[in-house]
Amino acid sequence: MRKIYADNAATTPLAPEVLKDMMPYLTEVYGNPSSLYSIGADAKKATELARADIARAINAQPKEIFITSGGSESDNWAIKGVAKVMAKKGKKHIISSTFEHHAVLHSLDALKAEGFEITLLDVHSDGLVRPEELDQAIREDTALVTIMYANNEIGTIQPISELGAICKKHGVLFHTDAVQAMGNVPIDVQAQNIDLLSMTAHKLHGPKGCGALYIRSGIRPQILIDGGAQERGQRAGTENVAGIVGLASAVKNAVSTMEERTKRITAMRNRLIEGLSKIERSRLNGDKDKRLPGNMNMCFEGIEGEGLLLRLDLMGVCASSGSACTSGSLDPSHVLLAIGLPHEIAHGSLRISLSDQNTQEDVDYILKAVPEVVSYLRAMSPVWERIKSEEKQ
Amino acid sequence: MAYSEKVMDHFANPRNVGEIVDADGIGEVGNAKCGDIMKMYIKVTNGVITDVKFKTFGCGAAIATSSMATELIKDKSIDEALKLTNKAVMEALDGLPPVKVHCSVLAEQAIKAAVSDYYTKQGIDPTPIVGAIPECNHEDGSCGCDL
Repeated sequence: MRKIYADNAATTPLAPEVLKDMMPYLTEVYGNPSSLYSIGADAKKATELARADIARAINAQPKEIFITSGGSESDNWAIKGVAKVMAKKGKKHIISSTFEHHAVLHSLDALKAEGFEITLLDVHSDGLVRPEELDQAIREDTALVTIMYANNEIGTIQPISELGAICKKHGVLFHTDAVQAMGNVPIDVQAQNIDLLSMTAHKLHGPKGCGALYIRSGIRPQILIDGGAQERGQRAGTENVAGIVGLASAVKNAVSTMEERTKRITAMRNRLIEGLSKIERSRLNGDKDKRLPGNMNMCFEGIEGEGLLLRLDLMGVCASSGSACTSGSLDPSHVLLAIGLPHEIAHGSLRISLSDQNTQEDVDYILKAVPEVVSYLRAMSPVWERIKSEEKQ
Repeated sequence: MAYSEKVMDHFANPRNVGEIVDADGIGEVGNAKCGDIMKMYIKVTNGVITDVKFKTFGCGAAIATSSMATELIKDKSIDEALKLTNKAVMEALDGLPPVKVHCSVLAEQAIKAAVSDYYTKQGIDPTPIVGAIPECNHEDGSCGCDL
């Protein structure tokens, strides 16, 4: 059976060239970068070259790149770390948005329990926050603004440059979770006034378990992981050398191929949206144009997402859904609810996220498979039966 | 989340899908807000369920439990059908993940709702025989859902 991996927003397969770059550090160069002998020094050198590559990709300085275990740690560190430092200056208000990743929202919940005040900006039905609403929400005691660069479920790309400019105008620190955006859109932390930025390797064909936090020079978030003096004394733990090399390799590849690659992926994505929009009572979630190249997220009324995913899996297609059943909780995706979808429609969502490894043939296959599965599930759905009978009346 | 082979079999090839146009009893339980609705149709002759069909909006487990429940009550007496518990449906499917237990509760309730409707149509008060069928209401846990 044909197998199509179309869940690249969840994770991506490791690129062979990234693995090749990592291999020496998984084998012969096993030294601890803190050691003085040559295999330690070689490992140290590799991490510093990697740091420079990562910095270059976002127009930062190498000393502003701190390696972490991934996006969640970067988000936790940025938000909790900045909050705790700013609290000492009497600033205990944080602004974010309703459809952030849980690494952000749950970090904010933790801070709220400690007495911080949180304002969540509305994400409009197009999946975008409004810069003017941020402008109005900033107060004297605002410690931090944290708004994701691009959403992981519906792929919408936020007006980061405008948001950054507003933060700069007010003198408020600006963090962005760029886990999904990295490598898919050009990022320039200087031009865009970004003070802290989270990224991870495994969304761009790098290894799992390694990410980074960019922290603008001069900002010192409170340390999250105490211990040794790694990462300029800011984040303890023996370096994941192979992971760091893999992150840099993945970032470098993604940035150098961005223009051509995203053009190709966008074209495939648009074919998917166009094709699947022909299904009756379907809708695209999030703005059609201001979205990540590979992201398609649609709802099909009258069906439930997990059934859709399992049937697609039987046909060899790996995709994702924001239905409650797939999240393991009662409610469907907080992202779909945030853009105003009612529960019953949010249950029937499908996310397809393409990467460079997908082909036009994959798109052809998905365009055939999804309508088939949707029709099949609708034929056995009492909800669809009701929708159709209401249509007749 | 891992489903058993039996769950996947009943999901991939659900038995008794559809509706019975001249059904003697129709029961519908669940709500779309929670993400699952089951509708069950029964045909009854001399106190025996001679035919049963279902339609379900819901996850893989909801479809599989509906399918298994119809198999377990087909050609059984109403009394036997009423004795079918959600546990028996789960066991017949070789188990369900904990978050999906409520799907088997819905299947049990769907049968009871269909039988209730049958009795009502016969002019018999179903409550003393079938008992009350709780509305699926996640908020108060009455659906049996342990989420």
